[in-house]
Amino acid sequence: MEEVPHDCPGVGSAQAGRGASCQGCPNQGLCASGAGAAPDPAIEEIKEKMKTVKHKILVLSGKGGVGKSTFSAHLAHGLAEDENTQVALLDIDICGPSIPKIMGLEGEQVHQSGSGWSPVFLEDNLGVMSVGFLLSSPDDAVIWRGPKKNGMIKQFLRDVDWGEVDYLIVDTPPGTSDEHLSAVQYLAAAHIDGAVIITTPQEVSLQDVRKEISFCHKVKLPIIGVVENMSGFICPKCQKETQIFPPTTGGAEVMCHDLKIPLLGKVPLDPRIGIRFRLKAGYRISLEASRGRCPACPVYRESRRSPPCTRLLSVRVATKDSLFWLKPRIHQPL
Amino acid sequence: MEAAGEPGNLAGVRHIILVLSGKGGVGKSTISTELALALRHAGKKVGILDVDLCGPSIPRMLQVQGKAVHQCDSGWVPVFVDQEQSISLMSVGFLLEKPDEAVVWRGPKKNALIKQFVSDVAWGQLDYLVVDTPPGTSDEHMAVVDTLRPYSPLGALVVTTPQAVSVGDVRRELTFCKKVGLRVIGVVENMSGFVCPHCAECTNVFSRGGGEELARHAGVPFLGSVPLDPELTRSLEEGRDFIQGFPESPAFPALSCIAQKILNEAPVGLS
Repeated sequence: MEEVPHDCPGVGSAQAGRGASCQGCPNQGLCASGAGAAPDPAIEEIKEKMKTVKHKILVLSGKGGVGKSTFSAHLAHGLAEDENTQVALLDIDICGPSIPKIMGLEGEQVHQSGSGWSPVFLEDNLGVMSVGFLLSSPDDAVIWRGPKKNGMIKQFLRDVDWGEVDYLIVDTPPGTSDEHLSAVQYLAAAHIDGAVIITTPQEVSLQDVRKEISFCHKVKLPIIGVVENMSGFICPKCQKETQIFPPTTGGAEVMCHDLKIPLLGKVPLDPRIGIRFRLKAGYRISLEASRGRCPACPVYRESRRSPPCTRLLSVRVATKDSLFWLKPRIHQPL
Repeated sequence: MEAAGEPGNLAGVRHIILVLSGKGGVGKSTISTELALALRHAGKKVGILDVDLCGPSIPRMLQVQGKAVHQCDSGWVPVFVDQEQSISLMSVGFLLEKPDEAVVWRGPKKNALIKQFVSDVAWGQLDYLVVDTPPGTSDEHMAVVDTLRPYSPLGALVVTTPQAVSVGDVRRELTFCKKVGLRVIGVVENMSGFVCPHCAECTNVFSRGGGEELARHAGVPFLGSVPLDPELTRSLEEGRDFIQGFPESPAFPALSCIAQKILNEAPVGLS
């Protein structure tokens, strides 16, 4: 689809192919025949595939660089701490696939079997899929328009052999565009538990995040809650706190209060998180994920009556000064 | 949106600079805004074209959110940020009915609007047009490069932060620039260290060195490192002129240096 009129009514609309603005559009015939409006058979195929996946969680943000991939990786690690929990992490950021690097899986390749593509397993109970595994060089750019990206996402959901999974976490790129629409559309019949939305405290992030929340409402995607990342920095030398990204309009707390959405918690800026995660060298930071009560987290207490997936996303607080919501645990170098 | 496109709406624009990054949240909009302010302080007339349709940040950074876009014979009139009309801005942010409204468009519709922004905005006479982009290498980037190609852009400023996860995406952006024949003016490393205001200890919050190494690896100029400064963040939040307000900030020398490099690269007569 190259030259589309600027007031294109949309391929799914009743006016598709029939509106005044459709005259001369190269896709007019296709739209007028109704082909554009027919449901994609892949939706049913994905519904079947997803029957072995208990919970599906999207990690979203309108804003880039707030820590979606970092949080997704931490959440996946945290949930997989329990050996009996099968976790899958799917990276649908096609242009900027960060998950392989964050998970220390750069250079790994995807193999195909009779039952589809095999995810790359970091642990026995933690499988990962990303377009990053399909690129032959770290310099390779994925310069794709929307339809091709959508095709890739469809394949990830339909053709990857995830097996029996308790949690599928889907890491997304910033924005409210093709990837997000496709993920919601293809998973429509398979029931998504909801979205965790990541932000940082400053208004320039919140203004994009409000749009993301608006997107969720538009596509009827339940919102599990918001995580405020990069929330305060403790100087390693003098231990004094500075707000590098000041919450000039009250941060996520005020936004969540205004929009009546749960604030799941706040994660501080920690330079150790910026260190490369590598399974075979260096430190790995993981966060404990608790299935039970979380007495130190007042937000969690309020949401105890929420669906099970909300409880399972809460993370135990355990710092001496209670400033922070999550406590990183540093694993010893391997 | 019905104004006919004037063939010459970019005819009066001397130099076009794209601000790109494969990675989100590295400070493209910040660098675009500060570059425009610095060029204005050097006496230049600057336009900013914000083609981030899903997350248009720049109106708020210049405190012109909520302004209306008017039409003239040549097309849309960009919003002037100041009385002297030395900085003008076009963004999808001005076209939304409500500020929290999401632009939930697929590629073709985004491409169409970007083409309009390039051809139907009456920029008038500008020394520099700074084009702020969303992260990635997709529809918006291809549309803006294709539409600007006849006007021979000066090149791209590529922004990264020091850590590996950013550099990893920005490498791909540099490949994109090569593939589409867009010259890279240089790499800017943003969020490069934080000096604690209490004890002056510098912490590399987002690791260190990645930007310079990336520039070296790609064989492009390294334009400088901009440290983290809460005053810079606050200025952008409140729509204040950081260049004018905080000349003593640790971020000021780096930002001025980047602007100076652009001025040296593409001098615009005496204005």
